[in-house]
Parts: sequence; structure tokens; C-alpha cells
Amino acid sequence: MVERRPTLGILAHVVLILGVLVVAFPLYVTFIASTQTAQDVVQTPMSLLPGGHLVENYTAALRGRSIGAGSTAPVARMMFVSLVTALLIAFGKIGISLVSAFAIVYFRFRFRMVAFWAIFVTLMLPVEVRISPTYKVVADLGMLNTFTGLTVPLIASATATFLFRQFFLTVPDELLEAARMDGAGPLRFFKDMLVPLSRTTMAALFVIQFIYGWNQYLWPLLVTTDESMYPVVIGIKRMIAGGEAANEWNLVMATAMLAMIPPALVVILMQKWFVKGLVDTEK
Amino acid sequence: MEKRAVFRSRWLPWALLAPQVAIIAVFFFWPAGQALLQSLQQSDAFGTSVDWVGLDNFRALLADQRYLASFKVTAVFSILVAAVGLSLSLALAVFAERIVRGTVIYRVLLIWPYAVAPAVAGVLWLFLFAPSVGIVSYGLKAIGFSWNHLLDSDHAMALVVIAAVWKKISYNFLLFVAGLQSIPKSLIEAAAIDGAGPWRRFWTIQFPLLSPTTFFLLVINIVYAFFETFAIIDASTQGGPGSDTAILVYKVYYDGFKAMDLGGSAAQSVVMMAIVVVLTIIQFRFIEKKVNY
Repeated sequence: MVERRPTLGILAHVVLILGVLVVAFPLYVTFIASTQTAQDVVQTPMSLLPGGHLVENYTAALRGRSIGAGSTAPVARMMFVSLVTALLIAFGKIGISLVSAFAIVYFRFRFRMVAFWAIFVTLMLPVEVRISPTYKVVADLGMLNTFTGLTVPLIASATATFLFRQFFLTVPDELLEAARMDGAGPLRFFKDMLVPLSRTTMAALFVIQFIYGWNQYLWPLLVTTDESMYPVVIGIKRMIAGGEAANEWNLVMATAMLAMIPPALVVILMQKWFVKGLVDTEK
Repeated sequence: MEKRAVFRSRWLPWALLAPQVAIIAVFFFWPAGQALLQSLQQSDAFGTSVDWVGLDNFRALLADQRYLASFKVTAVFSILVAAVGLSLSLALAVFAERIVRGTVIYRVLLIWPYAVAPAVAGVLWLFLFAPSVGIVSYGLKAIGFSWNHLLDSDHAMALVVIAAVWKKISYNFLLFVAGLQSIPKSLIEAAAIDGAGPWRRFWTIQFPLLSPTTFFLLVINIVYAFFETFAIIDASTQGGPGSDTAILVYKVYYDGFKAMDLGGSAAQSVVMMAIVVVLTIIQFRFIEKKVNY
């Protein structure tokens, strides 16, 4: 600190507290709405104090209901689909990027740079720009409404490959020479040296990719038509039927809370790696 | 940068690359190639006959008022998202940098929107601003402002911009904080000794030295507004009223899946690919510079 100016210090706290309040306001209202009855929520103005129907609403959402305006499928199943999808995507991306980066950094072979650029170019082909043809490929392969269809097309990752490549380039050459002298082959070196050294990078990528997988929207919207394969993010959208007063907002909001909890926990509990991952992927 | 010591093997590197290469070939390059081909073709509604039509799809696209309107919507939307998002998060980051105690708490309280799915963000803000039941629209009515994003396109645009900015604020904040921390303290101390106050120091030292971060975030936010906000828009306004919040991605989806115009949708995909290529090149040109900086 260069100077002490109490007024400026107080101003800083005031600005940050205001920022935090504005950022948290939607979350607070969502939580409140999820504890009231459907009738209470559509009272204008709705009460900003918690109601007494928390357990009831969350059980109703998790179990599914028999009647309702929009989708009434059980959210428990959707949470399971989301969790499996997010984990498969996160581990899949980390796995295939780790081995690809190993091949690109530690081997000299023909078309090495071609492979490198081919992976690089995928950065320029987000799913949004090739929606219909990609859908057709997945449909032709019979992968609609399957976990394979939900995850495999998304697990190629240029970002993760680059991050591992960057990291491998900083690993001293002496390690490889020493390992070789001790008679270790490439796979042994990979398993016993590189993988343990890459742990922090993996943790950082895990946070980012888990959230990426959990929050997917457009892709599941295309490849799932069966309610039992909806991830929770799609489920919420389907619960909103149209007429705003007709929606069971209390249950929609309970589902929204449920959908936010797992990724928020991952971010907050793995905060150190998360921040590192964000700042590193910048490079 | 290259390694001095490497392994030698004919087949092993390919075996290691195989999974990634297979996925990008099947799910990236093949569909992208198909999009290119389809953009030059016209098929009838049942997909029974296909004609080569050259650049007709592109000509039709550029003559289509609704497509040009969608370009304008995308431009307005992404400029607003980037400008509002960056200024708010920079302000928060600068004040967070001044604070000695409690930074960790503020950080935790500000980073969680990163974890919220864009579609959920759309639903949350939709609920707050719902014209008849929303608490914010009620508050606005109380001060004499009648909010209805279902009818007024400016209101709809404001709604999607707010949701999109809110969702991205954690990312911008964290990167600005990291950027501010990397500015050498000695520079700021020297300026303070020369008598520059906090306001002056911000504009003459921190802001210029932060420009690589700011520029990087500008590109990232524009890419975000172009592509990743689809879910926010689909969950809140669905491109409405009319098509006043239908950004390019939304239109590709709508034309390809709801209106079933494959040729036109493919031509739109190709135009978007061109936009991504340009944005990516800008981003990497800048990173090259930053390395030498």
C-alpha cells in the first residue's frame, strides 16, 4: 500500500459489497422462491423472506410430479445424467489431451506439425458453427439419446492439449535423460514422471472442464429427445411452459438451485486450481 | 521451443494421438466440410434431390433483410456485453486490489456465477424480470417504469445483456485481478512519491499496463457474446420479440432445426466460421505481441 487513505479504503469496501449484493441478488431470490408455494411466488410482490416449503418443493422436483404445465420428469435422474456427462467430458478431455501432448512434445515423427495444427484448428470450429452436419453424423452413428452421443463429440480439446504441451516444455530435459539412463521406455517415463508432475495442471483443467460439461446446453438440446436423457440444464428450460403465471416457479427455482450446487461446489472447493487454470489458459 | 531429448518410435506417437485425431476427424472436420459443401447446394424439402447452386445461398443470405438485421443484433449485443462487462469487472478489480483485509471473502462471493450454466442464468433473470410476477419488474413499476420485454425489444435486449454480463463477471474479475497483481509495485510507488494520486495513477500506470489483459478479455467477451450466449437467449427471450434478440447463432439453429432450410443454415455456418477464424487470428496475433512485451 502506497498511502493510507481511510476514506478510499471504506469506499473500496462499499463498492465491493454493493457488487457482491448485486451479483448475489438473483441467487437469493431463487432460493426464496424455492421455499414458497407456487401461489405465493406469483403474488406481486413476492415475499423476500423464506417460506416453509423447502423440503416439500425439493422432494417434488427431485421425484417428478404427475401433473404440471411444462416437463414434469424427475430431476434426480437429470442430475445423474448431468453428473455422468460432466465427469466423462472432464476426464475424457484430460485423458486424450494428455497423451496427445505427450506424443507431440516427446516424439519426432512425420506430420507431427500437421497433427499439431489439426488440433489447433478445432479452436475455430465451435459446435455452434457446425450444428446441423454434426447432428447428422451423430444421428447416423446411432448415438442420439446416449451418453456416448452426449460426451464423445465434445471431448476433443485444443485448449487442454496446449496447456499440457506448455507444461511439458517446461519439464527439464535432464529428467528424460536420467529416466532413459535408468532404462525407462516412453510409456514408463510418461506414467512415472510426467503424469505425477502434471497433477496441478490436471486439477486446474478438471474444474474448468467439469463446469463446461455440466453447463452444456446447445449440444444436449440437439442430441437428446428422450426425457430420461435430459441433463438438468435442459430440464429447467423444458419446465418453463410459456404463460409466466402458469409455471410452477417454486419448483423451477428449486431445480435451478439443484443445478447450480454441484458446479458451484467444484469452483469454491477447488478455487486455488480453478484460478490457476483460468489464468494459465489465457496463455 | 523444442525438446533436445526425444523418444524414437514409428507407431507409438500415432497410437497416442489416435483418440484425439479420430474425434476431431469425425466430429469436427467431416461436419465442417459438410457445411462447406451444403452451403453450395440446394436440396428440396424432402432431401430427395440436391442441386449445385454455387454461391446462390450466400447471395440469398446477403439479400435477406432478416439476416442483416441479425448481424446488427449480434453487433449491438456483443458490444454491450463486452463494454458493460469489462467496465464493471475492472472497477471491482481495482477496488479489490486496494483492499488489504477480506480479499479472499470477496473473491469467493464474486466467482460463483462462473459455475452457473448460461441457461440457468437466463431462467434466473427471466424470473426476476417477468413482467407480471417478477420482483424487479414490480420494483420498476413502483418507480413508474413499465417493463415488458415480451413487447419492447430494447427491454428484451437489456435483459439478455444483463444476464450475459452477470454470467461472465467472475471470469473478467479474476483475470483483471491477476493482471493488476502482475504490475510491478515499484512503478506505483514511484508515481506515488512523485505525488500522483490514486485516480491519476490508475489512468497513467495501471490502465495502460493492463492493456494486454483488457484486449485479451475484449476478444474473449466478444467470442462469448457471439457463441456461448445461445443458451441465455434461448432460455429467456427465445430471440424475441420478433427476432430482435436473435443473434447469428440463434438464427443458424432456428433456420437449420426449426425452419429446416439446410442450404441457408450451412451458408450461415460458413459465414460464422469465417468470423471465428478472424477472431482467433486477432487473439493469437495479440498473444505473440504479449510474449515479446
